[in-house]
Amino acid sequence: MNLLKTFLFALPLLVFAALGLLFFDSLDEDPSLLPSARLNQPMPEFQLGTLKNPQQILSQTDLKGPLLLNVWATWCPSCKIEHPTLLQLAASGITLVGLNYKDQRPAALDYLQRYQNPFTYNLYDPKGMLGLDLGVYGAPETYFIDANGVIRHRHVGVLDGPTWEQELLPIWRSIANPANVQH
Amino acid sequence: MGRYIVLLFWFVAVSSWATIDAYQFENAAQEQQFRQLIAELRCPKCQNQNISDSDADLSKDLKDRVHQLILAGKNNREITAYMVERYGNFITYRPPVEPATYFLWFGPVLIALLVAIGLIVSKLTSGRKSAAKVTDGQQEKVDRLLQSLADQEQSSAQQSDKTL
Repeated sequence: MNLLKTFLFALPLLVFAALGLLFFDSLDEDPSLLPSARLNQPMPEFQLGTLKNPQQILSQTDLKGPLLLNVWATWCPSCKIEHPTLLQLAASGITLVGLNYKDQRPAALDYLQRYQNPFTYNLYDPKGMLGLDLGVYGAPETYFIDANGVIRHRHVGVLDGPTWEQELLPIWRSIANPANVQH
Repeated sequence: MGRYIVLLFWFVAVSSWATIDAYQFENAAQEQQFRQLIAELRCPKCQNQNISDSDADLSKDLKDRVHQLILAGKNNREITAYMVERYGNFITYRPPVEPATYFLWFGPVLIALLVAIGLIVSKLTSGRKSAAKVTDGQQEKVDRLLQSLADQEQSSAQQSDKTL
């Protein structure tokens, strides 16, 4: 009886402690980062022209990796910040495909002319159709696409050197050389 | 100066009306469906706003898509599933019932039940406790005291009757 009473007395404190632990654990998480709903799924279907050539229509079957699909636009300031990192990645031999998102063709071409072009080619998505199908909620976003055209990871926000080295390079390696992952 | 500020707000109000009225529907049911859906879908960009309230570019795109899907004859469940497929459960303010959300859906009922059971148990045990503590001897004593008190009251009442 006494034990029960003690337990009932301590119950609010226990609940408080449990909730405290739970919330403490999520303090470090950035609530604005959403997991991609498309993770481990093939690229959604699309038919888009490239930025340079509206007549060259590409579809999801053309997007076989390993490659990085980078969602960018000239109106996006963070995209400008990560641009040097993209140039470095391209220089290191990584295939980068751009998804020019809700932008204007002349402005985008001008931007690539001025700041150099890290992309093998760019898909031109002025209405954000593929963006919506991918679940893009803010440029820049970078999708990791494997050899089968499956989305294996999504990075939201600026891609900088330290983030690439620490967080993303291991993921990229597991996609680029699947054989090395087993051990 | 103040007048101009008021004027500014007036323009804001007008423009937000205009965005709602820009959508054309075939009938009132579709419009009703649209209003319900844009209130239940959450803007992934500006979190804690639904796409109806949000002025973000993305919200407009999502509203456009909802509009298209409604005109294509999709029902609420299909449209919500379409959005969840792309943006995950985050996009809906009405989370699906699945193992991960059981606590969310049934937690409140569970807690209410626990509290109710706790209350009943404590009520029952406290009642039994006080009843068990009184022995026969004590009960007699209480009866005797009550009786003498009643007698006293009665006699004093008679006395006051006499004085009147």
